[in-house]
Amino acid sequence: MRPRVAVITFPGSLDDRDALRAVALMGGEPVSVWHTAHDLAGADAVILPGGFSYGDYLRTGAIARFAPVMAPVRAFAGSGGPVLGICNGFQILCEAGMLPGALIRNQGLSFICRWVNVRVEGTQEILQVPIKHGEGQFVASEEQLARIESEGRVAFRYCSPDGTLDEAFNPNGASHGIAGLWNESRSVLGLMPHPEHAVDADLGPTGGHHVFQWLLTAARERVPV
Amino acid sequence: MNVRIEEPLHRRLALTDGEFATIVAKLGRDPNPTELAMFAAMWSEHCSYKSSKVHLLTLPTGGPQVLVGPGLDAGVIDLGDSLACVFKMESHSHPSAIEPVQGAATGVGGIVRDVLSMGARPVALLDPLRFGPLDDGRNRYLFGGVVAGISQYGNSIGVPTVGGEVKFAPCHSSNPTVNVMCVGFAPAERLLASRGGGAGDVLVLIGASTGRDGIGGVSVLASRTLEEDSHASRPSVQIGDPFAEKLLIEACLELNTRGLLVGLQDLGGAGLTCAVSETAARRRLGADLDLDHVPLREADMEPFEILTSESQERMLAIVRPEALPAVQQVCSTWGLSASEIGKLRVGSQLFVRRLGKVVARVPAVALADEAPVYQRPTGRPAALDSLLEDDPASRRMPVPLEEAFLSVLGSPNVAGMRWAFEQYDSIVQGGTVVGPGADAAVVRIEGTLKAVAVSTDGNGRYAHLDPYLGGAHAVAEAARNVAAVGARPLAVTNCLNFGNPERPEVMWAFAEAVRGIGEACRALATPVTGGNVSFYNESGGSSVYPTPVVGMVGMLEDYRLLVRSGFPAGGLSIYLLGTTLAEIGGSEFAEVVLGTVSGRPPALDLDAERKLHWFLGECARADVAASAHDLSDGGLAVALAESAIVGGIGFTVAVPVADKLPPHIALFSESASRAVVAAREGREAGVERLAAAAGVPIARLGFTGGQALEFAGLFRVPLTDAIVVHEGAIPRLMSGQHLSR
Repeated sequence: MRPRVAVITFPGSLDDRDALRAVALMGGEPVSVWHTAHDLAGADAVILPGGFSYGDYLRTGAIARFAPVMAPVRAFAGSGGPVLGICNGFQILCEAGMLPGALIRNQGLSFICRWVNVRVEGTQEILQVPIKHGEGQFVASEEQLARIESEGRVAFRYCSPDGTLDEAFNPNGASHGIAGLWNESRSVLGLMPHPEHAVDADLGPTGGHHVFQWLLTAARERVPV
Repeated sequence: MNVRIEEPLHRRLALTDGEFATIVAKLGRDPNPTELAMFAAMWSEHCSYKSSKVHLLTLPTGGPQVLVGPGLDAGVIDLGDSLACVFKMESHSHPSAIEPVQGAATGVGGIVRDVLSMGARPVALLDPLRFGPLDDGRNRYLFGGVVAGISQYGNSIGVPTVGGEVKFAPCHSSNPTVNVMCVGFAPAERLLASRGGGAGDVLVLIGASTGRDGIGGVSVLASRTLEEDSHASRPSVQIGDPFAEKLLIEACLELNTRGLLVGLQDLGGAGLTCAVSETAARRRLGADLDLDHVPLREADMEPFEILTSESQERMLAIVRPEALPAVQQVCSTWGLSASEIGKLRVGSQLFVRRLGKVVARVPAVALADEAPVYQRPTGRPAALDSLLEDDPASRRMPVPLEEAFLSVLGSPNVAGMRWAFEQYDSIVQGGTVVGPGADAAVVRIEGTLKAVAVSTDGNGRYAHLDPYLGGAHAVAEAARNVAAVGARPLAVTNCLNFGNPERPEVMWAFAEAVRGIGEACRALATPVTGGNVSFYNESGGSSVYPTPVVGMVGMLEDYRLLVRSGFPAGGLSIYLLGTTLAEIGGSEFAEVVLGTVSGRPPALDLDAERKLHWFLGECARADVAASAHDLSDGGLAVALAESAIVGGIGFTVAVPVADKLPPHIALFSESASRAVVAAREGREAGVERLAAAAGVPIARLGFTGGQALEFAGLFRVPLTDAIVVHEGAIPRLMSGQHLSR
């Protein structure tokens, strides 16, 4: 059974077609859903893709959180449905309050497109994935950070090639080196790196498999057999 | 007494008295001010190519691979299997000199719309840039601003920036050269290159509203020399809105996919005037244009302002009347306005109405195709001879070899450009197989194994010393870069950046460079499918080097067989292909180490060049090469170092002594038509056999491995030191750290 994965396209989404392609490559059934939709076309999982939704002129993700499609996305997540927010999608999830914290301008102030290493918290597996963002510095209040840490909700941290946590390998100044984050129930995952650009061995490393495998497994668990 | 004598309007619009007389003759009457503004825009150097046309017509433009040659918004070549590749290069140097961020950003937007107007999805951008030395704060500001502009705009529209080079020379200090190339793919049957459509078809203006920005962009900015008060021209620079451009791309592609378009025209230089007059003239028709239906940002805009505004993110669609509702529905889905602003009509006249009155009536062809053509006087500068005779090869080597090597490796022209490239999204769309910093970028075509390889090149020093060779080398090097990854060079676009064409020495250099490009393109069977000329790149009495920049497109049948430039492993045999002569005239070494830009640039044997390309392509197809890298700035020493740095693997080589060249010449000569190839393990015989079959001289230099760059018997540099010098140079310069010792 191939789980249906909805990829939301907002005006200004850029990596939506890449996410659709990655879903198909990883064994899912990709479905494109427009930002004005009021349902998710029967999807078993949702991806909010990268890009600059509505131009991101006000603040990244600040307009997209009000898109009509966000109501069914929120309801889907509320019922435990897996939601993956990549880059702009992560920013939207934070703006929508579905994940804590915020993504602000990179510490170095410039856009960065680069392959990085992230460590999977828990398994300590190291993934090679690309980042490409100008506003990817994760920040949160001390209380929020303490809670995130105590609940083990950090999904990925930027690290050295051998897995060492070191500020020299933190590309954007993210607090606690956070590259990706879970919600309380671990059904919503937001991350700044782009797993959809790390699934095809012809193009480079395949650190993105890990993320899509989680998404598709979680989606399958929702599909009545 | 205070008498003020006003210049006649046509002169204020940068039209000559002779051009004004021609307009009067064509109309049979005096033009009104609106009509005059339309002519001034369309007959500007930027739009009409009036000084360059006679030379450009000598370029080879035909070939079995060419689907659309020069004359439309972009060239198109056939990739087989009903796939078309659309590409074009343009300059946005003048706006970037005044306002670097927006100047560069809108340059990206404009070239993307050129490719889009042919019905293709833009899939790659490349940015060849030239600035003054980075020890000057103003040059750092311009370089930083241009890179930021490309980054902000290109990244926000979802078109990856996959390549381009950055070079530095004092002559670019107040005249940065900002070129941008876009590549697009389309199914051949979806190309909008036809001149279909007829009287009654509707002109639909899609996208942004029209404002007062960019009025006079082509005549004020692009067709004049920038003067001291250039900041006063700032209102002529347009402001980009990449979000609107992204919507425009998707809307236009959807309109095309659904078969709703007869034609599509971008609005760039000279705005509506250009788009409508070209649309009509190409179809040998006239048009009615009603300015009351153009969405305006300010209601009180004059007709001439609406007609020549260069507001960004607009396209003109030509649609059948019955398709209009569907067109408006698609545009509304993407949140774009689509306004019916006119119709094509029988006849030749373009009628422009405002508030119900005809405000201009001119033949479309007169605007679009009948600008004067000038055969401007040319003259070879007398001072060139002494410069050419000053051969740097005869100079004494002033420093030890190792020091010279590190100086060249860390020179901004050679140094790693990661500082800029990492600010570009190079991977969006999922087609980038090889991104920025390689010999050529490689972008695959979705659903196939095919890919295009693209490279931009141009050596200002060579063209300064010998513009003919400069033009020819630009083609040869771009083709060599494309060949190095294993692709077959197919066709070129170009951007020709020169000074004031009214000066005979500039015009001579231009003519020579075009002659060189033509010769090389004929020899390599890579026709020119279009391009752009940027004149008047001078200010404060200084002119840029003649800077012909060539963008080459080649094809790989199977991108999985591409060859990369870095050494992938130790223990591999390293070969030098080609012949090394005592050619350091105009070289990076001569400028950086000997402090001179003089001598004759390297000779170019186009037959040898072609053989080398064949050899490199065969190496890829036969899968015998583990790495391949072309030799250019800095010669053999730099090429070896770059392969080591990219691969993270050192080498030990013996520099060939057979030719009795002094070591510094052997290491830094920039003799053309050469490459460094590492053979796959056990495939050495295959490489040697192919070289023999190609008739390319081959010499085994040594082998890969270790953590040092070892030039046996000469010097040895740890790989980590080389990386620090090569990768660290630009960040260090941009942070201003070099200022405090």
